[in-house]
This record gives sequence, structure tokens and C-alpha cells, in this order.
Amino acid sequence: MAHVRERALAWLHRRPEAQAWSLLAPGGFWLLAFFLVPIVIMLVYSVMPRGIYGGVEPGFTLEHYRRFFDPLYLDILQRTFVWSILCTVICLLMGYPVAYVIARGGRWKNLLLFLVVLPFWTSFLVRTFAMIFLMRDSGLINNWLMKLGLIQEPLSLLYTPFAVMVGLVYGFLPFMILPIYASLEKLDLSLLEAAEVLGARPGARFRKVTLPLSMPGVVAGCLLVFIPALGSFLTSDLLGGAKQLMIGNLVQNQFSAARNWPFGSAASFIVMALVLASVMVYLRVRDRTPGGR
Amino acid sequence: MAAPVPHNNSPVVQFSRVSKTFGEVRAVDNISFDIHRGEFFSMLGPSGCGKTTTLRLLAGFEEPDEDGGEVRLLGEVVNKKRPYERQISMVFQNYALFPHLSVERNISFGLEQRKTPKGEIGDRVRRALTMVRLKPELFSQRMPAQLSGGQRQRVALARALVLEPTILLLDEPLGAIDLKLRKEMQLELKTLNKQLGITFVYVTHDQEEALTMSDRIAVMDHARVAQLGTPAEIYEHPRTGFVAKFIGESNFFEGRVDDRNGGHWTVRRPDGGVFQVVDHQSVTKGKQVRISVRPECMDVWNPDAVPSGENAVMGIIRDVIYLGETMHVIVTLPGNEEVTIAVRNEGQLIKPLPWKRGDAAAVAWLPEDCQILEDD
Repeated sequence: MAHVRERALAWLHRRPEAQAWSLLAPGGFWLLAFFLVPIVIMLVYSVMPRGIYGGVEPGFTLEHYRRFFDPLYLDILQRTFVWSILCTVICLLMGYPVAYVIARGGRWKNLLLFLVVLPFWTSFLVRTFAMIFLMRDSGLINNWLMKLGLIQEPLSLLYTPFAVMVGLVYGFLPFMILPIYASLEKLDLSLLEAAEVLGARPGARFRKVTLPLSMPGVVAGCLLVFIPALGSFLTSDLLGGAKQLMIGNLVQNQFSAARNWPFGSAASFIVMALVLASVMVYLRVRDRTPGGR
Repeated sequence: MAAPVPHNNSPVVQFSRVSKTFGEVRAVDNISFDIHRGEFFSMLGPSGCGKTTTLRLLAGFEEPDEDGGEVRLLGEVVNKKRPYERQISMVFQNYALFPHLSVERNISFGLEQRKTPKGEIGDRVRRALTMVRLKPELFSQRMPAQLSGGQRQRVALARALVLEPTILLLDEPLGAIDLKLRKEMQLELKTLNKQLGITFVYVTHDQEEALTMSDRIAVMDHARVAQLGTPAEIYEHPRTGFVAKFIGESNFFEGRVDDRNGGHWTVRRPDGGVFQVVDHQSVTKGKQVRISVRPECMDVWNPDAVPSGENAVMGIIRDVIYLGETMHVIVTLPGNEEVTIAVRNEGQLIKPLPWKRGDAAAVAWLPEDCQILEDD
């Protein structure tokens, strides 16, 4: 047996491309089987007529795509984009300073990082439910505000866009903090000293050195927040009530209650295309910004 | 109250009783020295001797301790001033070029920060590049990652010089480039220093580098200045055993001072041998002294042919080492000490040394070549 193993290894050693393929195979198979194949199935569904009892019937139609351009759905789409962008911006504004402090955190660094990822120990669903207890009319926030005498009537926080935004930002903030932290952590401190000797005050030093050099982290963070935010449905479902639908809710609904798989597939593809387009625009703009590379 | 106006021969840098402590560690311990306008001043010492901290105190990255003395730049106390408030430039050990900016933008960075008129910047950047012998049209638009180590070094230098600073700090800038280029840069730096009239403060652990370039050297050891002087003073009159050992090579002898006759003191070694030294303030009868002698001040003789008036010790030749320009002869003394003697190589193929390994030999030197050392 050992002989066979040795010969196999020797064979691999002589063929780097075979080596690469054997390393790619397990993960590649997984992605192919569970990502590419379903996507192709969905693409096919999205251009087939809807069956009476769910499912599809043979044929070709663009009806589902056409249907999406109804003001009702465009409204949801617009809301989804606005909220996702807003969520990304808030996460960036709140996450960057946190990442900065952690990267300069000295001996507290590991503890702070641990605290950032600690929420992942519980499921997102549980944490979102917990937010209901915080924000509902008889929840903790209203209770305290009333006890402190700041308000007489409970504020209606839950089932508002505000509640959805709080939930989204809370859920995605770590995905902004971690990549920015990683790029700030790598930053060579002697570059900051060089900037200082060359006459840069702290503000200029940040704008001209720290920020441009942490841009890879900012870009990664923004993508990691923006894309999942676009597809999120749990937060808007639980914290937003029925009035605050996002595109994710629409898709989920089509695949479950409405049993309209072709339309759900079409909606998914439209969102995917828009995500792709907006990411490409974003990357292009970033590359053209001086110092933003 | 107006700050004192510095006139041209007042020191540009003054350290008076400066101390800096990190936690429990005294990195700089009560040091004082002046640096004069236009001079090439080196701080030389092994790692951990405090030379880098001294430079960082001068740059403004570190602040002296409370009651830790005064750092003055151009006559003004700058203890609390940040680097951007000081008229200095610096070349860093790893160059610290901004990786996201082109060569041109790296060099113009300081000018932009100092609000230099736009029209002037391009011109000065080009001049700075030319000064460090990089063709502007070839290098302006390159990114630091596209440069070799030596080219980065030059860009870092241009970035510092373009500001026309009064003082340029250099933190082991030649450490990472190869020997041949390093020798070339040493001479270039020295030339720039004289040409531009900028005061250079240079930190290095390389004694040869310091001797080559400096007008004066501060040899540092254990957070203090062990000796400050010109290269010749430091090399030829080392004040302590540390200086004698760190700069060049030295042979050490110890003994108790005995009698004085004919302008020379006789010193008796523990093993009974004697040698003579010339008058010196710290030589008095009965005192224990330690001396150093440079290898090139010593000679090897047949045991019965030592010239009169010279100090001599007997030993066995342990090794003869061929170094090209010189030969090192290592002689083992009876007490198992070793002495290194440097002999000019006059060509081993035509005029070989008359001794070989294992021969008995006398090592001789003049009383004038004994450096009497103070305690470290």
C-alpha cells in the first residue's frame, strides 16, 4: 500500500496542474453541486410558465420579468436599495472607529476582537427576537424611558423602518469591523511617523495615509455588508412587520406562501443582476478615486 | 519673551541631561551633547544602547521624562513639540515610503503639507530626484513597489532633502542594501552633507560606516554616551574598554603601576611581566590600570631580537590569518590570553612572513601606543 501511495504522490509531484486540480476538487464539487446547479435550475424556472399547483409547466415566457416592473415591486426594490446603502454607510461610520481602536488596542486587542465576534455564538434569529423584547411597546427601552420620566406614552419603535435599520446595522456591523481591522492592523506604523515628520498633523495624516491604506478593508467591509443586506429578509420580517417589506421578503414569499416559483426566481435574478452591476460601479469608482487604491 | 535667535555658530541641537524611561527600562540616561551646524554627527553603538531612542527624542516621537532634561533645537526647548512642529527631516530604517503614492507624490508629500506653492513643487521634486541621482523622467511615476532597495533608499533621501531642513535625521538608512552600494551611498551622503550645509544626525551600529562619514561620533553604551569625539580621537584615544573594543580591534593588558623613570611608568602585570606607559593623569604609583593597544601598533619579533625601549610579551603563534591588505597574527600568551597583531601584507608569494603557526615569538609595542582606559 505504502508503495502505491508513494507512487501516487510522485506522480502528483511531477504534474503541478494535477496537484492543483486535486486540491480544488472537494470545494469545487461542493460549490458546483449546491450553488451552480440550483442557480441554473432557477434560471430555467424563471422563464417558464407557472403551473397551477406551484411548480412550472413546459414553455418559454418573459412574463415574470415583465411583472416585476410593476410600481408595487419597484417600490420594494427601491426601499431595499436605500436601506442597504444606508445600512452600509452607518456600519462604515460606526465600524471604522471601532476597528481603528482595536487595531491600536495593544493588550486589549484580543479581548475586543473576541467581543466583536461574540454575538455569532447565538443564532441571528434568536438575537433578532431579542431585539423585539427591547423595542416593543412594553419592552426594555420604553420601560426605562418611562421610568426616567422622559416620555409619558411608549414610543412605537417596533415595526418601523427605524427598527429594521437598527436590526440590520446590528447584524452586519461585525462584517464591517473585521476587514477594516485587518487592513489597519497591517499598517506599518513607521509610515505614520514618516507622515508626521513630513509635516502632517493628525487629521492630514489620517486622510493621506491611514485612510487610503485601509481602503481594501473598507471596500471588503462595504461589500460584506451591502450584499447580504440587499438579500436579508429575517430582520425586516420580524422587526418591520408587513409594511416594511424588502426584496428578500418578496422572494421568500413567492417560494413559500405564494407558491410562485417562477416569479420568485425572476425576482432573484433581477436582484442578482443589480448587485453585480452596483458592485462593478462601486469598484470602478473606487479605482478612479486618487489615492483610493 | 522672544525665543533666542540662533546665530550661525550656536549648536543646532542641544541635549542637556536628557533621560527617557520606558516602564522599568532606562533607554537614555542623563545624556548631554551639542551638535553643530552643518556637521555630520553619528550616534554609534550596539543594539539597545539608546541611540535610536536618542534620535526619536530629537525627531519628537518620544518625549523626555518629567524632569528628564531638555532637548533644544535651534536654541528652542522642544520637549513637548510634535514632529510636525519641528524643522527636521528623517530617513527611516525601512525607508517608510508611502506604498500608495508614486515616487513623485512621495517626495511632494512634505511640500504639500507645508503649503508650498503648486508651481514650485514640481520643480523642487525634480531637483531632489536629480540630487539623489535618479532620472526624474524615469522614476517620477513609479510606485515604490517597482523600485529596487537602493532606489527606494534614494527616494527616501530625496523625500527628506526636498524640504531643505536644517537637520536631517538618518536611522540606519544603509542597513538593508548590499555592501558595494552601501560604500557608494556613504560617500554620497558625506558629499551631500558638505554641499547642502544640512546638519546630518546619523544612527548606526556599523563602526566602519561611522568612521567613514562622520565629523564627530557619539559612541553610546548602556543608555549613555561613552565617548564623543572625531573619528581619529575615538579610534586612537578610546576612553573606555567598551569603546576600544567596539570600534576596531584592541588588545588589553592590566597591571599595577610601579616606578617612574625617564618619563615612563613601569606597570607590573599579574604574571610578573612588565610594560611601560607614558605619563597620564590617572597613572600614579600603586594604582591598578588597564590599557589597550591596537593590533596595527604591535609587531612580531624573534624572542631575542626585540628592539630596546619597546614593551614586549612572549608567546606562541597560534594562527596567521590572511586578510588581503593585512595579515593577522594571533599569539597566545602564557596566561592563555590572546593578542592579535596586524601586519601589512607585502605579498606572501614574494615576501612571506618569516613565522608560522607554533613558533615562539615576541609581541612588541611602544609605550606611546598604550591607551590608558577609564572604567566603563
